[in-house]
Amino acid sequence: MKKLLNTLTIKEAHKGLVSKKFSSVDLTKACLDQIKSLDKKINAFITVTEDLALEQAKKVDKKIKSGGKLKPLEGIPMALKDNILVKDAKCTAGSKILENYIASYDATVVKKLKEAGAVILGKTNLDEFAMGSSTESSYFGSTKNPIDTKKVPGGSSGGSVAAVASDMCFYALGSETGGSVRQPASLCGVIGMKPSYGRVSRYGLMAMASSLDQISPTTKTVEDLRMVLDCIMGVDKKDSTTVDLKEEKPKKKSIKGMKIGVPKEYFIKGMDKEVEKRVREGIKKLEKLGAKMVDISLPHTEYALAVYYIVMPSEVSSNLSRYDGIRYGFTTVSKAKNLMDVYFETRRQGFGDEARRRIMLGTYALSSGYYDAYYKKAQQVRTLIKNDFDKAFTKVDCIVTPTSPTVAWDIGEKFDDPLTMYLSDIYTVSANIAGIPGISVPCGEAHNLPVGLQLLGKQFDEETILNVASEYEEYK
Amino acid sequence: MKLKTQEVEHIAKLARLGLTEDEKKKFQDQISSILGYVEKLQKVDTKNVEPTAQVTGLINAIREDEVEACDKETMKKLVDVAPMKKDNLVKTKAIFE
Repeated sequence: MKKLLNTLTIKEAHKGLVSKKFSSVDLTKACLDQIKSLDKKINAFITVTEDLALEQAKKVDKKIKSGGKLKPLEGIPMALKDNILVKDAKCTAGSKILENYIASYDATVVKKLKEAGAVILGKTNLDEFAMGSSTESSYFGSTKNPIDTKKVPGGSSGGSVAAVASDMCFYALGSETGGSVRQPASLCGVIGMKPSYGRVSRYGLMAMASSLDQISPTTKTVEDLRMVLDCIMGVDKKDSTTVDLKEEKPKKKSIKGMKIGVPKEYFIKGMDKEVEKRVREGIKKLEKLGAKMVDISLPHTEYALAVYYIVMPSEVSSNLSRYDGIRYGFTTVSKAKNLMDVYFETRRQGFGDEARRRIMLGTYALSSGYYDAYYKKAQQVRTLIKNDFDKAFTKVDCIVTPTSPTVAWDIGEKFDDPLTMYLSDIYTVSANIAGIPGISVPCGEAHNLPVGLQLLGKQFDEETILNVASEYEEYK
Repeated sequence: MKLKTQEVEHIAKLARLGLTEDEKKKFQDQISSILGYVEKLQKVDTKNVEPTAQVTGLINAIREDEVEACDKETMKKLVDVAPMKKDNLVKTKAIFE
């Protein structure tokens, strides 16, 4: 049977373009058709930029016709989480407060993608301002899991991941603050990676928690992910946290003989038994590939989520103060009595519950008299968590864990219970806290839903976990 | 640990967030339960531990403070997204009363 064009991988699509089997417009139309027929059910997209996509595709086709050499991502349709700016396109962050906001410039990653010839299909749904683990808190309605539409896709980058999982695009960018790409990738059965903090410029990504945020790709294969990461990473003057790594091309390291750490703190009570089985089987597979498993301990793991729920909301409360109803976005200014009234009413009506909850939590943690007990304390424990990883990586090349303690849950199940919802990020937040890279790869099914295996690497050593993930993926 | 109603009102005021009476009660419960959860950090011995504010190891990342030219069209668009404007300026309520 002939494979539908939109189901190809980036690599396959690139080959087809080079050999002129089909055109970039063909690929783009296949994706747009899939969006039209499926997205009423999935709700992965907030905005579809059909005209922009077809214009970009035609440009690439012209180049192919004139015999130009194609770059790996050239002419391949993709999607962007709706908190990443594309000039002249709407960018909502899934919030009423930015319902009609039009971006005035391209994010650095978008600039790079455009230079690489990418075809931008549109902007994907997310939890409001990327705050959530289920893509249910979006002002534009929840995204559904393509595997089972009664289930959540995970979040906050649920739209980007669902779009990839349902072949509406070849790859997508999301953003991570505590697992927002790896966790949905696990729940939807695709690849998701958070690069090291400092790898990818966040210029033009709406800030959530600045010491944790990182733009993160999601793809159908590990090989595809490597290509996307190669395109978007690198130092950027406009993001002073990006690191200039003039590194020698890393040596390709085989999994054979590699030491992989299994942290005992990641296999705990409360984890779904079937999920644990799949992850244990995945670990066996790594052993069969020649890796040596080493029992390790990351003793401060149990404090990671608590650190996260102090550091993140504190930074959120500061970053979201810019939405004041005056310069852009939703406003109540015309009905307000005075300036204070503009702030209170605009932010009451413009922000959803989760955004307000986190702003208040952060404001409390940073307020006079509480700073030392909360923010400073959390930052100190953050140091201990980072030290745990530093120590572990003197003994092992990378670490293997589950990505999520459960499979996808029912829509609505955890929505009114924030603390239970927060616990679904328990295995992913540590990587953001320590700034290290992490990747989630599918490792089978439990309860007929996908399970993800997570690999964590040393800071700035994406190469090792990409190699392990790639060999793991190819092993049958 | 349970936040008092006045504390919720005080935080909301600091954060410039309007709340209805129902919301006050809801957020009071939810934020209290999250604060209860993070309480576990107090058990960790952090004597002589330096706080981590960022993880890159970069120190003083600086660049020239150069003005980048902005074309007329972009300028107009920037003002156009403002809810209230006058000519090419963003308009707001009086700051001094």
